[in-house]
Amino acid sequence: MTVFGIPTQALFGQLLIGLINGAFYAMLSLGLSVIFGLLNIINFAHGAQYMMGAFVAYFALQWAGLGYWPSLLIAPVVVGLFGVLLERTMLKRLYHLDHLYGLLLTFGVALVVQGVFRNEFGSSGLPYAAPPQLTGGYNLGFMFLPTYRGWVVVFSLVICLGTWYVIERTKLGAYLRAATENPTLVQAFGINVPRMITLTYGFGVGLAALAGVLAAPIYQVNPLMGADLIIVVFAVVVIGGLGSIMGSIVTGFGLGVIEGFTKVFYPEASNTVIFVIMALVLLVRPSGLFGRTA
Amino acid sequence: MSVSAKPAVAAPTRDAIATSAVATHQLIAFGVMAAVLIVAPFFVYPVFLMKALCFALFACAFNLLIGYVGLLSFGHAAFLGIAGYASAHAAKVWGFPPELAILFGTLAAGALGAVIGALTIRSRGIYFANITLAFAQMIFFFSLQARFTGGEDGIQAVPRGTLLGVLDLRHTYTMYFVVLAVFLLGFVVVHRSIHSPFGQVLKAIRENEPRATSLGYRPEHYKLIAFVISATLSGTAGATKALVFQLASLTDVHWTMSGEVVLMTLLGGMGTVFGPVVGAFLMISLEHYLAQLGSWLTIAQGLIFVVCVLTFRRGVIGEVGRLLKKPL
Amino acid sequence: MSVRRVIVLAAALLAVAVPAHAQISDGVIKIGIMNDQSGTYADLAGPGSVVAAKMAIEDFGAAKKNMKVEVLVADHQNKPDVGSSIARQWFDADHVDVIVDVPTSSVVLAVNQIAREKNKALIVSTGATSDLTGAQCSPNAIHWTYDTWSLANGTGSAVVKTGGDTWFFLTADYKFGHDLERDTEAVVVKNGGKVVGKVRHPFPTADFSSFLLQAQASKAKVIGLANAGADTTNAIKQGAEFGIVKGGQQFAGLLVFLTDVHALGLEKAQGLLLTEAFYWDLNDRTRAFSTKFAERHRQAKPTMAQAGVYSAVLHYLKAVEALKSDDGPKVIAKMKELPTDDPVFGKGMVRADGRTIHPMYLFEVKKPSESKGPWDYYKVRATIPAEQAFRPMDQGNCPLVKK
Repeated sequence: MTVFGIPTQALFGQLLIGLINGAFYAMLSLGLSVIFGLLNIINFAHGAQYMMGAFVAYFALQWAGLGYWPSLLIAPVVVGLFGVLLERTMLKRLYHLDHLYGLLLTFGVALVVQGVFRNEFGSSGLPYAAPPQLTGGYNLGFMFLPTYRGWVVVFSLVICLGTWYVIERTKLGAYLRAATENPTLVQAFGINVPRMITLTYGFGVGLAALAGVLAAPIYQVNPLMGADLIIVVFAVVVIGGLGSIMGSIVTGFGLGVIEGFTKVFYPEASNTVIFVIMALVLLVRPSGLFGRTA
Repeated sequence: MSVSAKPAVAAPTRDAIATSAVATHQLIAFGVMAAVLIVAPFFVYPVFLMKALCFALFACAFNLLIGYVGLLSFGHAAFLGIAGYASAHAAKVWGFPPELAILFGTLAAGALGAVIGALTIRSRGIYFANITLAFAQMIFFFSLQARFTGGEDGIQAVPRGTLLGVLDLRHTYTMYFVVLAVFLLGFVVVHRSIHSPFGQVLKAIRENEPRATSLGYRPEHYKLIAFVISATLSGTAGATKALVFQLASLTDVHWTMSGEVVLMTLLGGMGTVFGPVVGAFLMISLEHYLAQLGSWLTIAQGLIFVVCVLTFRRGVIGEVGRLLKKPL
Repeated sequence: MSVRRVIVLAAALLAVAVPAHAQISDGVIKIGIMNDQSGTYADLAGPGSVVAAKMAIEDFGAAKKNMKVEVLVADHQNKPDVGSSIARQWFDADHVDVIVDVPTSSVVLAVNQIAREKNKALIVSTGATSDLTGAQCSPNAIHWTYDTWSLANGTGSAVVKTGGDTWFFLTADYKFGHDLERDTEAVVVKNGGKVVGKVRHPFPTADFSSFLLQAQASKAKVIGLANAGADTTNAIKQGAEFGIVKGGQQFAGLLVFLTDVHALGLEKAQGLLLTEAFYWDLNDRTRAFSTKFAERHRQAKPTMAQAGVYSAVLHYLKAVEALKSDDGPKVIAKMKELPTDDPVFGKGMVRADGRTIHPMYLFEVKKPSESKGPWDYYKVRATIPAEQAFRPMDQGNCPLVKK
C-alpha cells in the first residue's frame, strides 16, 4: 500500500523516528524556554549541558557501577548543580546589561566544556548500552520498533507535560510566571526572586541533562553531541515562542514529525526544513506561534 | 523666520563633517598598521599573514554591524563561505582571472546580504541573532547538498591565476601584497562608511531610534544598507581567502565560523576602528599555536569569550583607546 | 703515516661524507604523519601510525647509518582545509620532506595537489580513494596500503558470488564514500547483481535509524556500508537494534579495520566478510612485528593502515639512502625502482602509477567460540594475489602510464 507513491512502511517508520527526534527537541526546547522565560537569556550552553548529562550517566556506570535508572536522577542533579554554580558566579553579573552578553557568555561556557571533554575523550563517541529492561523491540508490522526508542517518547512526554503542569497550574509555577512579568513587585511580596531565578536556571539545565541520559544509548556518548543539536533547538524554541512552555512541547514534537515526513518525500531538504519554517514564522509572527509579545 | 522641517542633523554642516573627518591619531595608527603589514611577510610566514588579513577584513565588516548599528548577527559565516564558493567556482570552472573571481564572490555575498537583510532587518536583539543564525544554517545545508560546492570535499585546486594579466599570483609574495591591498581597501571602505553622513545617521539611530524616525529618517533603510555593506565586504574577505588557500570548504559556512568572527571582534573591541584587526590577528595567532594541541584552541576561545564578556567588554583596542583617551 | 697522506685521507673522507649529506635538505629527513588523532578514524590510524613510523625508523637503523630522521605529527580533523593548511605550512616553513598516512580521501586529494606544487612527496597509507592512482595520479605520490577498488574487488565480488545479489548502499557523503560506492557497484553489476537503492549519510553520523529504515524498506539482500570507522560500527550496532539481520538482510562492511571489529565485539561482528591487506596473525613475521607494536601501543595489534605506515616509511628511507637525496619526485621514482620487502607485506613492488602491489586477503570474522583471546578475530577465506588485487594499470586513466 502506498501513500503518494511512498510505501506505508517507509512513511510510518520515518514518522516514528521523527517522533523520537521530536522528543529530544521538545525536552531541550522546554529547558531553554523555561530559562529564557525567567532570565531572558538564551542559554547557548544548553547543548553542552545535555552532553554533560550523558557523560554523568557514562561515568556513573564506569566508576560506580550505577546503571541507567539511577542516572536518570543523578545526572540532572549533578549537572543542575553545575548550572546553579554558573548562574551564581557569572550569569548574575550580566543581568543589568544587554541580553546578548548572556548569549555570548553561555556560548563561551559551551566552548570550554566541549573542549575539555573533547580533549579527554576524543570525538568518536563512547558506547553506552540501553538498560536490559528496555532492550529488544516490537514488530509493529510497518517497522520493528526498538523498545528503548518507544520508552524515550513516552518518558519525555511525561516529563514535558509534568513540567507544563507545574508551571501553569501550581502555586510555585504562578510565582515563577509572576516573577517573569514583574520581578520587583514579586520581590516586594517577600518572594526571594534571585533564588527562584537560580533554581529555575538549575532546573532548565537539569532538563537538558535528563535529555542527555535519554540520548546516551541512542546517539552514543560524544563530546560534540550537543553542538549541532543546539542550533536546531534554538529554531524550535523560536518557532514555538520564547517563553511558552506548551509552545515548546508542541513545536518540538511537531517539528520532529515534519522532519521525518520531509525525509521520506524530499530527503535533501530534511536538514533545512526546520530553519525555513522558523524564518517564515519569524517574518509573520515575530513572537512565535504560541509566544506572548515581548 | 520659517521653521525648517529638517534641523541640523539631517543636513550636516561643514563643521559636523569636519569633526567626522579622520582624526590625526587614527591616521597615524593607520600608517603604523600599513607599515607593519608591508614589512611583516619578510619575517613571518606569509600564508599565515594572508589568512590573518582575510579574517581581519571579515571582522571589520562584521564590526560595522555590531559596533555601529548595534545588531549582533550570528550568521555572518554565510557571506564569507558563499563568496568563497562563488569565487572558487568562477576561477576554477569558468576560468575567471583572480580580480574578476574576487569581484564575483563579493557581489554574490552582497546579493545574499540584500536578500537576508531585507528579511531580517526588522528584528533586533536576540531575535535578530536567532534569525541570522537560521538563515546561515540554511546556507550551510545548501552548501552541503549542492553539487557545485563539492560537499565535504569542497572546491579544491582553485587556480590563483594572473592578476590583470600581469602579476602571477602563484608567487607567495605577489599574492601577499595583493591580499594586503584588498584588505587596506576594504578597511578604508568600512572607515569611510562610519565617518560620513551615513555613519552619523547610523549613530543617531543607535542612540535613539524613535527620535531619528521622528526626524524623518527611515531606520530600516539605513540598517539594511549597513547590513549589505557588511555582507559585501565579508564576501570580499571570503573570495580572497579562497584564492589564497586555493580551496573553498564547508568550514567557512559552518556556524562555528560565525562564532569566531564574533569572538575576534569582541576581543579586539566592538565599535572601535582597529579593534577587529587586532582581534583577528590575535585569534589567528592563537589558532596557529594551539592547533595541534587537540581541543585546547576551543577551550582557549571559550575562556576568552567568558573573560571578555565578564570583565573586558571594551576589548583590547577599546582599553587602549581609553588609556590614550582617544578613540581607536 | 706522512702528513701528506693524512691530508689526502682526510680530503677523501670529506669528499665522501659531505655529498652524502649535501643533498638531504638541511641535513634532516623530516617525515610528517598527518591523520585524525582524536575523531572517527583515530583508532585505526591515529597515534598508532606514529608508533609504526618510529618503529620503521629504528628498524631501518637510521642512527647507525648517521641519518637524522625527525617525525612531525598533525591532526587534520578529517577536514580538507585543515589538512591543506598543515601541508602548506609543513612544506613551506617546516621543511618537511614527505607526508605519510592521511586518512580521509578529501584531504588526500587536497594534500596531493600541494605536494605536487611544492615538489615534495606524499605516501598515503590510510586514505582510500582509488583516484590517487587514477585520474589524480602524480609523480610525487604513492598509494601504499589499499584502495577503494581493491576493497570492492575483494568483498564485493565475494559477497555477490555467495548469493548476495541485490544491494542497497549506505554511503558516507564524501569522496571516499562515493568512490567506494562507485567501485563496488561496478563489481556487483559485473558479477550479475543489482543495486536497488542508495542513500548518502552525513560524515560522520551518530544515528542511522532513518537510513537503516530505508535500507530495510528496499528489501535488498545486502546492505553495503560504504563508510568506515565509527560510522560503520554505529550502523552495524544500530542495525542490530532494528532487527536488520534478524529480518534476513546482511551487512557488507566494505571497509572494516581490526579496531572496528574490536569495538563491535565478536557477538555483533561474527560472520562479517571483509578485505584487508594485513592481519597480525598471518605468519611469523607479521606476528613478531605486531607483538612489538602492541607493546608500544596499549596492547592493541596493528591495523593494516598502521602496518602500512611502517612499511612505507621503511621503503622511503631505503630509497633516500640509495639516492642520497630527499628530493620529492626523485625519491618516489626510486621507490618505484626498488622492490619492496618487509615483515608486514612481504615482497611487493610499486607500479608506475604510484600503486603499491601486495596480496590482499578476504577475511571472515570468527564466531565468539572460535576466538582464543582479544584480537583473535579473523579467519582467512581467500588470498588475492598481488597482480589481481588491484585495478589494472591501463584502466585507471593515469597520465603517468604510457599506453
